[in-house]
Amino acid sequence: MVKHGAIIAIIALCLLLSIPVLTVFSSIGAGSDGVWAHLVDTLLWDYIGQSLMLMTGVGLLVLVLGVAPAWLVTMNRFPGSRLLEWALVLPLAMPAYIIAYTYTGMLDVTGPVQGFIRDTFDLRFGDYWFPQIRSLGGAITMLSLVLYPYVYLLSRMAFIEQSVCVLEVSRTLGAGPWRAFTRVAVPLARPAIIAGLALVLMETLADYGTVQYFGISTFTTGIFRTWFGMGSSTAAAQLSAVLMLFILALILTEHWSRSRARYHHTSTKYSRLPQIHLHGWRKWLALIFCAAPVALGFLIPFLQLAYWAWDTRHLVDFSAFSTLLFNSLRLALTAAVIALVLGLFISYAKRLQPNLMMRSSVRLLGLGYAIPGTVIAVGVLIPFAWVDNSIDAWMQAQFDISTGLIFSGTLVALVFAYIVRFLPVAMNTVDAGLSKIRPSMDDAGRSMGMGAWQILRRIHIPMLRGSLLTASLLVFVDVLKELPATLILRPFNFNTLAIRTYELANQERLTEAAASALMIVLAGIIPVIIISLSISGSRPGHDVRT
Amino acid sequence: MRFGLQSRGSAARSIKKVCLSSVVTLSLLAAGIVSAAEVNVYSARQENLIKPILDRFSEQTGITVNLITGGADELITRMELEGANSPADILLTVDVGRLHRAKEMGLLQPVQSDVLTSRIPEQYRDSDGQWFSVSLRSRVIVYDKERVDPAELSTYEALTDPKWAGKICIRSSSNIYNQSLTASMVSHHGVEATEDWARGLVANMARNPQGGDRDQIAAVAVGQCELAVVNTYYLAGMLDATTDAEREQAQAVAVFWPNQDGRGAHINVSGAGVSEYAPNRAEAVQLLEYMVGDEAQAWYAETNNEFPIRTDIPVSDTLRSWGEFKADPLALEQLGIHNSEAVRLMDRAGWR
Repeated sequence: MVKHGAIIAIIALCLLLSIPVLTVFSSIGAGSDGVWAHLVDTLLWDYIGQSLMLMTGVGLLVLVLGVAPAWLVTMNRFPGSRLLEWALVLPLAMPAYIIAYTYTGMLDVTGPVQGFIRDTFDLRFGDYWFPQIRSLGGAITMLSLVLYPYVYLLSRMAFIEQSVCVLEVSRTLGAGPWRAFTRVAVPLARPAIIAGLALVLMETLADYGTVQYFGISTFTTGIFRTWFGMGSSTAAAQLSAVLMLFILALILTEHWSRSRARYHHTSTKYSRLPQIHLHGWRKWLALIFCAAPVALGFLIPFLQLAYWAWDTRHLVDFSAFSTLLFNSLRLALTAAVIALVLGLFISYAKRLQPNLMMRSSVRLLGLGYAIPGTVIAVGVLIPFAWVDNSIDAWMQAQFDISTGLIFSGTLVALVFAYIVRFLPVAMNTVDAGLSKIRPSMDDAGRSMGMGAWQILRRIHIPMLRGSLLTASLLVFVDVLKELPATLILRPFNFNTLAIRTYELANQERLTEAAASALMIVLAGIIPVIIISLSISGSRPGHDVRT
Repeated sequence: MRFGLQSRGSAARSIKKVCLSSVVTLSLLAAGIVSAAEVNVYSARQENLIKPILDRFSEQTGITVNLITGGADELITRMELEGANSPADILLTVDVGRLHRAKEMGLLQPVQSDVLTSRIPEQYRDSDGQWFSVSLRSRVIVYDKERVDPAELSTYEALTDPKWAGKICIRSSSNIYNQSLTASMVSHHGVEATEDWARGLVANMARNPQGGDRDQIAAVAVGQCELAVVNTYYLAGMLDATTDAEREQAQAVAVFWPNQDGRGAHINVSGAGVSEYAPNRAEAVQLLEYMVGDEAQAWYAETNNEFPIRTDIPVSDTLRSWGEFKADPLALEQLGIHNSEAVRLMDRAGWR
């Protein structure tokens, strides 16, 4: 068995990483100078209502955009299906705030599309109907378009791994392809679909850029306003606590749906997935259904950004770009590697010792993903500054030396914040991979005299390669896109692509922001494609010849 | 196809590499802290709007300027949490409300400087010398040249007239410029009257508040509304824009200076204060003085289309074309004092 020391160390690590979350909540008890009462009187119900509507809308839309194409490209052949298989993941490289800027630039009342309508038909504003992009519906669409890949990826992984036997049995019992999909494949893939949905909803709750830009009052905008605008950290913490109830409900739902059944593979018999060649109108319908999310979530905004970047090339200072790109990449890489290592150890420790203490500390850690970046950042600032100032005070008292701030305002604090925020993504992915390795594998290792460490190294890591790669790349892409925590925590004279994009967009210079926005997307494309390809190759026995 | 880590060895090596490089980065950062004369700026003014003038300062004085940009509230929070060891020397904001809050939180220190007091008019600096304005802007009404007769316009107060129902565009109450405008109303009329005013304004809005000031101008230009309330430099920036579309939108509207028969148009500022725990106090004061010097003031006027804090520096051609106007003489610290009341009354009035 594993030494107790190691387990205690892992639990301690989880708690250390939970400090920012706990810090935010520790101020709940204090009085808030009437701000809380003011919120209850005025805006609280608005925040709750809008957040709920946003989550419901995004949840439903990502299911449509994610699950159906995953099934179509996995089980069918139609024109472009091989290409779409990986292209469907591309919107993951597009930060939500950037797609929101881009579509607003195109579709807003002052944009070229409505301008064209007015000029062509000689109309004035109000003479024609056009959907309002800056609205709740607009925010739901924008977030869904860039977040559906989580559901797509996880459900596709599940479909790929489903045993053909089950599907064949369903066919012999007279189920058509549609019934095989709705009655067998989707229920079997449910844990994966719900896990993807949970990721999406957490991202939705944590989103600030899009809802703020569209002027929607959700919890995140409310926390900002209360904390910074009204200077009340207590009321902001109380708002965050309400937000936390939402997240807890999400996590418990996900857990509940997973715990009701075990989803290990029970059969070792795999053969190639039988793919149906679609003909006639079916193939065109499938093509449209799968191509639309890629076009709307990636291609159109990408081309628009490219056009703007070209149009403003003489205004953009490209000399700074190599530094910005280097900074973005090095932060993303560092965070990805650390998250990978920690995620692997924590998930493995949980597998070995699934006791209450371990499970609760991991769950606490998991909250980080749904908390807005700014809240995490403040949760990081407080303990880091406290440690730094304590060391300084002690050194001054003992040796009369001022050490100043050692960690605050360095990349260490920033990377710490990334880990708190994105480690849950890595953990979820590794967890999913681990849960598919039958416990009998561990037993076999143990019977050959291997210790826990050796089992991890010689059995699990080789079997988990795909999951580990996906975990680190997801964190990589997430950090590349991250904005609010970076903004507050970065050191002097340090900028990233996301910051440059935000600063220009914030001055309403959308077209000039396009060049750096485009760089973020380009830097994210390659990891995203690798994730997608590695999943295609993840079918157990996919290289078996039949 | 199968992608995966090549081998355990290379994974371990790359982890080592990353650890090593972070250690190197850290020690480089640490080394940077002990170099020669420098000044650390926490700036709510974004990099491309402040860096050029900071670079000029460095060239002339040899003092290195270290810069972090971000939202004023977030920077203030960071200063507060860093406490006595905060490296910040100067807090630079684009609104007086935030400077006042920083002062109230004990984050700034008084500065005695004849250069600053002689060049900055009294109402544009803190009574205790804790913050100083460096540039001015007014929040004005812009109107559709075709559909609105400027004779119909008079004051901010008159924007609640039912004749403007569904015709006014203005951004969110989360925006500090709107908070400060409302705070100025509070200090002139009191909370109750201002809340009524905010309700009347909300009733006249053409759409839910959204976007920035440039968006409001564009919305007037395309006919979604007839009036908008915006800061002067946004309109000036659009008039000077490189794209035809933006220039055409700006040319469709005209400026109306409100309250000219009364107290004058609402004024806000960008400004700065020296941090309470500034490690480089002398350099910080030097930088503040530089910012009200000829070169910096002329740069503010030309590049950012703001009004210089000094009357002896000419304004940009675009601003000059709008003519002279009367400014509200209200002491700016009042905007900070009434900020919280303003935010709450805007919430109650349903101003999103």
